[in-house]
Amino acid sequence: MGQANRVGVYICRGCGLGDRLDTAQLAQVADREGKADIVREHEFLCSESGVAMIKQDVASEAATHVMIAACSRRSKTDAFNFENVALGRTNLREGVIWVRPDTDEARETTQEMAADYVRMGCAEIKHMQVPKGNPDRGSNKRVLVVGGGVSGMTAAIEAAKTGYEVLLVEKTGVLGGMTGALYKRVPYAEPYGDPQDTGVSALIEAVDADKRISVFLNSTISRTSGAPGQFSVDIAKESGGTQTENVGAIIMASGFSNYDANQLPELGFGKTPDVVDQLGLEQLAKAADGGVIQRPSDGKAVTSVTFVQCAGQRSDKPGHLPYCSGHCCNTSIKQAMYFKDANPDIDTNIIYMDLRTPGNGEDFYRSGQRKRVTFTKGVVEEVGVANGSLQVKFKDLILNEDVVADTDLVVLATGQVANSGVDIDADAQATQEDKEAKVNQIKIPVESILNLQYRQGPDIPHLRHGFNDSHFICFPYETRRSGIYSCGPVRRPMDIAQATEDATGAALKAIQAVTNASLGRAVHPRSGDLSFPTFRREGCTQCKRCTVECPFGAIDEDEQSYPVFNESRCRRCGTCMGACPVRVISFENYSIDTVGSQLKAVDMPDEFDEKPRILVLACENDAYPALDAAGMNRLEYSAFVRTIPVRCLGSVSNIWVTDALNAGYDGVMLMGCKRGDDYQCHFVKGSELAHDRMTKIDDTLQTLSLERERVQVYEIAITDIQRVPELINDYAVKIDEIGMNPFKGF
Amino acid sequence: MADSDTAMVERYRNSFLNEVEANVEEGDWVKMCIQCGVCSGSCPFGPHWEHPPQELFMMIRAGKREAVLSTDSMWMCTSCYNCIVRCPREIPITHIMHGLANYAHRLGIAPKMNPTRRFAKLFWDNIAQKGRVNEMRLSVGLYFMDGLASGIKKSMEMASTGWGMFRAKRMNPPTLFVHKGCKDSEGIRKMLKKAQEIEDRRKGLTV
Amino acid sequence: MAKKEYSFYPGCTSERRASASNYMVSVESMCNKLDVKLNEIPDWNCCTASIGYAEGGELPRHALNARNIALSEKHNNGQDIVATCAACWLGAKETQQRLSASDQLLSDTKEALKEAGLAIDYTGDVPIRHMVEVLLEDFGYEELAKPAIKSLEGIKFAGYVGCQTNRPFGIDGESFENPRYLDKLVETVGGQAIEEYDQKVTCCGGALAFSEPEKSQEQIKDIVESAYDHGADMIVTPCPVCQMNVEIYQDSINKNYKTKFNMPVTYYSQLMTVAYGGSAKEAGLDGQVIRAKQLEDIAAKPVKK
Repeated sequence: MGQANRVGVYICRGCGLGDRLDTAQLAQVADREGKADIVREHEFLCSESGVAMIKQDVASEAATHVMIAACSRRSKTDAFNFENVALGRTNLREGVIWVRPDTDEARETTQEMAADYVRMGCAEIKHMQVPKGNPDRGSNKRVLVVGGGVSGMTAAIEAAKTGYEVLLVEKTGVLGGMTGALYKRVPYAEPYGDPQDTGVSALIEAVDADKRISVFLNSTISRTSGAPGQFSVDIAKESGGTQTENVGAIIMASGFSNYDANQLPELGFGKTPDVVDQLGLEQLAKAADGGVIQRPSDGKAVTSVTFVQCAGQRSDKPGHLPYCSGHCCNTSIKQAMYFKDANPDIDTNIIYMDLRTPGNGEDFYRSGQRKRVTFTKGVVEEVGVANGSLQVKFKDLILNEDVVADTDLVVLATGQVANSGVDIDADAQATQEDKEAKVNQIKIPVESILNLQYRQGPDIPHLRHGFNDSHFICFPYETRRSGIYSCGPVRRPMDIAQATEDATGAALKAIQAVTNASLGRAVHPRSGDLSFPTFRREGCTQCKRCTVECPFGAIDEDEQSYPVFNESRCRRCGTCMGACPVRVISFENYSIDTVGSQLKAVDMPDEFDEKPRILVLACENDAYPALDAAGMNRLEYSAFVRTIPVRCLGSVSNIWVTDALNAGYDGVMLMGCKRGDDYQCHFVKGSELAHDRMTKIDDTLQTLSLERERVQVYEIAITDIQRVPELINDYAVKIDEIGMNPFKGF
Repeated sequence: MADSDTAMVERYRNSFLNEVEANVEEGDWVKMCIQCGVCSGSCPFGPHWEHPPQELFMMIRAGKREAVLSTDSMWMCTSCYNCIVRCPREIPITHIMHGLANYAHRLGIAPKMNPTRRFAKLFWDNIAQKGRVNEMRLSVGLYFMDGLASGIKKSMEMASTGWGMFRAKRMNPPTLFVHKGCKDSEGIRKMLKKAQEIEDRRKGLTV
Repeated sequence: MAKKEYSFYPGCTSERRASASNYMVSVESMCNKLDVKLNEIPDWNCCTASIGYAEGGELPRHALNARNIALSEKHNNGQDIVATCAACWLGAKETQQRLSASDQLLSDTKEALKEAGLAIDYTGDVPIRHMVEVLLEDFGYEELAKPAIKSLEGIKFAGYVGCQTNRPFGIDGESFENPRYLDKLVETVGGQAIEEYDQKVTCCGGALAFSEPEKSQEQIKDIVESAYDHGADMIVTPCPVCQMNVEIYQDSINKNYKTKFNMPVTYYSQLMTVAYGGSAKEAGLDGQVIRAKQLEDIAAKPVKK
């Protein structure tokens, strides 16, 4: 390095590009306007000879910066993969010829589109540097697992099996968690007909037998600091004493607590020992051990049992859980079988609102029906005691009548309450309504699980109903704390089979995290990215916006309130860059300039050309792939758009939008992922932040006396393949209606 | 409602289900119903059922013996088989409805005056004689089911229909008096007697 | 074409001067033209239809159907059983299925059959088929079109499939909700099928047309009304009960609902017979209570060579 940048532009003529476009003219544009040092055309650029041609230029140092004008940056990534080179991609295939009709009338605008993209590519590449990788990398590859239930043990075993050392910390004196308290579990193998052994002893044996797993019983985490590859944790023993350990990644598998059935006096809990919750029934079943279960009050063999589904769940009553815990229907079927398998003449009645049997539960349900478990769609109002037996008062929703049925034993199917630690956003974000709702929720003593030494707070943020935030749609185990993964019922209600799968996934994620961290690379979704943010200290106004808005807690402040980047925690989304009002934050290959120069490089037709220009800033995670897919499906859209992919809508700086309007663009479309509680933003908050920031653009537009419609924000999913071209075309019509941007030519 | 229905001890127990399984055609499918209601929504006579099939299944599970066996609901089944082909659990609903009707009829609990029950009896007696349907006697039997006066009235009402059939040569008045039927009607009668005997034995209905 | 032979189960309604005697006449004519030989099962008996269950119960019902199967195996050995009536086909097929699923039911049935001297003759593995299946599977639309010397062009047919030809067994490859074969048969002989006819698989009330006439006629009203709404000239059906119910009650429906229905209801076999050059009499068109004038006209036309 140290030598001047030399830009090589390589224009592909394959895949129809050579037929549809005048590539010689594009080469001329790259040469004269793009000021490229080398410009080459190739009939088939991703072929061996094409790649060899580029490699030769790189080897001879004729090109230090490579700009490939061919297909989408999402295609041919294996072929176009060069070391120690700043690489740019210009999308002439999916982004131009595949979305334009192959007609004589369209030829001119299509060529203009391609030429602009070459200009943009040339502009961008000049501002790019080869990323050097995170200098502050930690190489600890041990995995800490918090929680010794099925989730935790599975995660530990899976990580250990692949050769990683694991520290397994369990708060109680035994491994096994909730599953350890069960007599049997819902079947997880063909034919899904009968309760099966819980498998907990086998798991404990596997944990004990694995030398790579160190178990800490009666222990909690009293402090966690650091970052992926370099966490430092204090493991506190119940008996006193603390042990400090270094780990590379953390898996939080702290599970759930049983809903406190004392909140349900109307269902008889606490009034008589013959009303139990599902966990209580497991204890009775364990005691009976295959024999007939006995009634707690008098030891009488149970002849009839009634299961009350959704007890204190799926209800908006104060103190009840609003959600479905997912496992309880299958669990009640299993428990009814405890009775039926011991004696088929025992009457078992499951009273449900909606029977929900996920996984292969439908087969299990069928098996329960075959065993003559009675399934009654109804709502239980009250459980009372009369004449030495229990009376269940319910409304049969099929027969539409009120019923009082007597029974020996009542089992309440109560829900799961996440052990997710402190709700760090509780006070900061709670609206009045939220606060009222929280007052109504059950109070469980809240102790921090991880005791994180992060500016954001001691635990992982919660999403809804007290469950840990995890990227439920794209990356299920992700949390907003890089290198810390959550799995099992702490992140959403689930059963054993789901928790096992969850734990396996989280173990894999932890392994990826420690590997990437040791190489100085980002973890998902920009896995392998070597770039990281830096800031220009002299320009910084210490406003702390970047530190506050970083969704991942990757930026702290020093005593003077300057940002301190924790590169290992950074996901490279650029939200800090978009947040910075003075534009001092940048990445080596992604900055205010790499995007800003592109949008300014476009050849802007004047007001009377009747060729408007629409700038599309498209999130690379969903919107840009959707646009590519539209191209693959040959869905046409306006030739007036110029698309620039961005890492996340959160990285969009307002200056790009004002620059675009000043440069004469007639409209700006910002395409990001879904925001809100059901977010699909790969960086959790990026899309949301972008929406918030864009509300301020309205003021700018007003100052410029421009119409509000000139800047639009859209939520796009990767599957919106049909919709994206429609949105563009509709917007082009709208621009036509409101007329050209008066700033053109200024 | 009969007392046996409201007696709490019998409610939501397996006892009536067991009885149905033992005695009703395809009765062991009753427990497999998932209460989705597709059968009820698919029945052409749906609105005329006091208790549509889905409900009957629940009533059986809820132990409402008297109410189930005395209702005229399953007598509304036209045997269109819509419920069977649509049932997600592939329950042979049509056959269960037939089986329930038959069981209620055999027990003498089925509604006495239900026209379908009466017609079904006429029909069976008609074919059991000679092995084949005598359409003439069947229709006349149907019209005169409630006695002579009402029979004459019904015949008058249906006269134009009958006349149309007669003109189209699709009615055969002489068979009212002479109907050949099967050659081996004797053997058929013996066979049916035997079959009835075995069935009664199997279902514990031997008198 | 080689002569095809089947063991034929005509059923009670097909008897001379019985309610579907016109169906029988047209089936015979159609089969003549197609060179199909129908060997009637000697001394066949009633299938118990869809109403026999109440008094007859399970075993007697199966015994009656098993008797027919046994007779067929005995006298028409090696030939598929073919029924023209939906209920006959269904009854026989259902018994066959049920007996093969239950050893006890099979041995009980055999015990009863012994009384009619037929116990050892029942094996229950003979294919039991509907005439429509014979047409579609053993011939196919293309073959069926070949003997046609007249076209039913200009006549619009509402294809009313009804219940029991369609459910629970149905014709192979057809859907329960929207079977297409009847429309295709209509088109095979040059008629215009109304694909949008929405009462294709509505129940006519079956046996309950007798016992619950008002409720059944509500159904029949919908069936005929929709045919009118879709511009049909006539209804065509494969089922004798459907044919009878939908045809003969139009009169009472007109009285009760103040309608003016006069919609002919024909059999597919009548259409084929006319297309194959058969006379109105050969097609059993004289057996219509509501005359199918357009078909009669085509039947009366001399064949152009």
